Amino acid sequence: MKKLKHNALALASLSVLLGLNACKPKNASNAVSADAATKTYVAPGKYDEFYNFVSGGFSGQMSVYGLPSGRLLRVVPIFSNDPESGYGYSEETKPMLNTSHGYVPWDDQHHLELSQTNGEIDGRWIFANANNTPRVARVDLKSFHTAEILELPNSAGNHSSPFITENTEYVVAGTRFSIPPDNASGDVPINTYKKNFRGTVSFIKVGKEDGKMDIAFQLSCPPIDFDLSHAGKGKSHGWFFFSCYNTEQANTLLEVNASQRDKDFIMAVNWKKAEEYVKEGKAQKQAVKYAHNVYDEKTHTATSEIKNEVLVLDVEKLKDICYFIPCPKSPHGCDVDPTGEYIVGSGKLAALLPVFSFDKIQKAIAAKDFIGDYDGIPVIKYESALYGEVQKPGLGPLHTEFDGKGNAYTSFFVSSEVVKWNIKDLKVLDRAPTYYSVGHLCVPGGDTKKPNAKYVIAYNKITKDRYLPTGPELAQSAQLYDISGDKMQLILDFPTIGEPHYAQAVSADLIRNQSLKFYKIEENANPYVSKGEAATKVVREGNKVHVYMTAIRSHLTPDNIEGVKVGDEVYFHVTNIEQDWDIPHGFAIKNAPNSEILIMPGETQTLKWVADRVGIFPFYCTDFCSALHQEMQGYIRVSPAGSNVPLLFSTGKNLPKADSTNTK
Amino acid sequence: MKTVMKLFTVTTMLLTISCQSGTDNASNATNDNTTAANAGGQEKVNDNDSQKDVVKIAMGSKDHTTLVAALKQADLITSLSNAGPFTVFAPINAAFDKLPAGTLQNLMKDDKKADLQNILQYHVAVSVLKADGFTDGQVIGMVNGDNITVSVKNGKIMLNNSATIITSIPASNGIIHVIDGLLLPPAKK
Repeated sequence: MKKLKHNALALASLSVLLGLNACKPKNASNAVSADAATKTYVAPGKYDEFYNFVSGGFSGQMSVYGLPSGRLLRVVPIFSNDPESGYGYSEETKPMLNTSHGYVPWDDQHHLELSQTNGEIDGRWIFANANNTPRVARVDLKSFHTAEILELPNSAGNHSSPFITENTEYVVAGTRFSIPPDNASGDVPINTYKKNFRGTVSFIKVGKEDGKMDIAFQLSCPPIDFDLSHAGKGKSHGWFFFSCYNTEQANTLLEVNASQRDKDFIMAVNWKKAEEYVKEGKAQKQAVKYAHNVYDEKTHTATSEIKNEVLVLDVEKLKDICYFIPCPKSPHGCDVDPTGEYIVGSGKLAALLPVFSFDKIQKAIAAKDFIGDYDGIPVIKYESALYGEVQKPGLGPLHTEFDGKGNAYTSFFVSSEVVKWNIKDLKVLDRAPTYYSVGHLCVPGGDTKKPNAKYVIAYNKITKDRYLPTGPELAQSAQLYDISGDKMQLILDFPTIGEPHYAQAVSADLIRNQSLKFYKIEENANPYVSKGEAATKVVREGNKVHVYMTAIRSHLTPDNIEGVKVGDEVYFHVTNIEQDWDIPHGFAIKNAPNSEILIMPGETQTLKWVADRVGIFPFYCTDFCSALHQEMQGYIRVSPAGSNVPLLFSTGKNLPKADSTNTK
Repeated sequence: MKTVMKLFTVTTMLLTISCQSGTDNASNATNDNTTAANAGGQEKVNDNDSQKDVVKIAMGSKDHTTLVAALKQADLITSLSNAGPFTVFAPINAAFDKLPAGTLQNLMKDDKKADLQNILQYHVAVSVLKADGFTDGQVIGMVNGDNITVSVKNGKIMLNNSATIITSIPASNGIIHVIDGLLLPPAKK
């Protein structure tokens, strides 16, 4: 096998070499070097070295890729319903998308963060933010299923989220749009923004063992826009840093009006101090409404609970929680290096990159080295917090990741490039073009204490001319750069699902060995489970008909159902009784106005279907499961309302009577 | 303002856009059984159908040959072909001619690239600022990090009291205000 792989690699590299010789690029700086193919080639049947979890933007979902191949492994539905799997359509998963506004089946998913222990990725969960209807989700990395979704009150545009502290004590959620608090009347003129609006940052506690989320407290802040954030680590553990723009507090034409000040802020939050205030009872209880949705892996069912209270700390009155650090021109990225000492602010309209020193910030706070206050919050003198500036790094700096070897990689939207620079001497070391308009970057573990810096991946907004055209909208893309040497080397383009924003990557070894193969049928606690064909049945409760069904290669039980009447609500509770890896079954019925459902081995899922007319309606397995998948089907007979056709159900028993085979 | 617009019908430049070898995509960096995307940055994207961006408009203007040459020397063609949005104050050739003899030639030298970049970036803002939106005394942050000040008097829009907007041309990625003088960044503190 090893020899085979070697030959294949040799062939691949040879063909690339020949190709290059045949047609030399005009502009050497744009060339993909000869060994790019060998560096990204993962032979058929071989695993990739890294998982890459990529945010789906306006798709609302998360996609999972293998690196270095760029092969798409899975799209995990989180905030948008998914007719492919039935997520958000099945009775069991509908509550996952419940909010205080009811069922919200779409969102804009921007950032992802893997759970950490001691500042290193621990492979247990990945957190995702929803921008539009503010929510934070936790995805389980054994099942790759969304396990929990928490709505956020007092928030709008949950952008600076879901960044975590180094032991996953907290996930944060900072609001991009300031709004009037939920318990105040929102019926105010919009141009009373400065008076009536507030910016809110939520600290969500994460259960140490089970990962369960709950809002510990919220910080009520001046009405500015919180963009991105990162937790302190190591020496700066206990602090959180948020980039802030629109410190002009504009409420219209932000394109112009939020770009007035030469410096906006990075907000430094001492969350341990906030914890103390909460303990001392200094937080205000505020009446709010928000949903907390949890998926139970034993019942295979989600529950949604509406909560009614949140604790709020007013950071203007309670001193020593928040400090502002001036940061030039609408900072986007707010990134903390692996040592926890350096904080990089990427002002998207700035001509330089400031690097702040945690030690200097602490000294400035101790010495009250402030230039004044902003809405009651002390503003630290810029020079007193500053370690140094990277001069003329590029145009439109957005986001920085780290390699753990003293270097930083910053994306530049306008000049469309990744720039590598040294943190200590602030010198630019290398530049690599991106195609085009790069947003976020990702180095595996690049925002943790221990980056695994083999690659940097650039996530681009525009791909004009890079792929075969597909009409007015083109694929958005990721680009993979080898950063193992001194110079960055572009080795692969691959398209993404939706619009990629922040992403995470981790060594595959941490995730793949824990991956779940099936759910144990004996542990299935769904109230409608059928733990075997003998347990299947059809039960009428008024106009509700519950079909307890099983699926196994290659039949559904029951597969002939009669006695259903027009107007009946039929619930197909399908249990996949396989105990075998990668054998999901699907279930679909003609005219269902919602979707199919996919049922993992050992799982029970329910599709609701209303009989709207008299007739025979076929149903079948949608997930190709065996050579006789096409035989895996059944019929349901719908009779008129008031009919006295008895309830019958069976598989293999409802055979033709001897005289019924001739047509009339 | 309207009369100014009529006097300087530079908008005709919109009609005389010349393509910059857009169909030449022979630079194939991968193997020869694929059709390659253009090598180069976003300025090389093959698209002669969409509305022109600020770079393509400038390249099509006979009054901006000096500016275009300077943008090339300063490696700013790629950046200005970006999605933007940009406001570009575009000095006409005559504006460069007003510089003391030898100044421009000096700036075009490779070892003066940083100075040239600084000056040209002082002519670009990341935002679409339309002519009718300027207000007297308005301060605008430019890409190089310095500010310019706008004055509006009797319909005449001036920048830093040294350059007047002759006309304005919308572009796909922003807007070009054609100006009659060069803007010089304040001396470093």
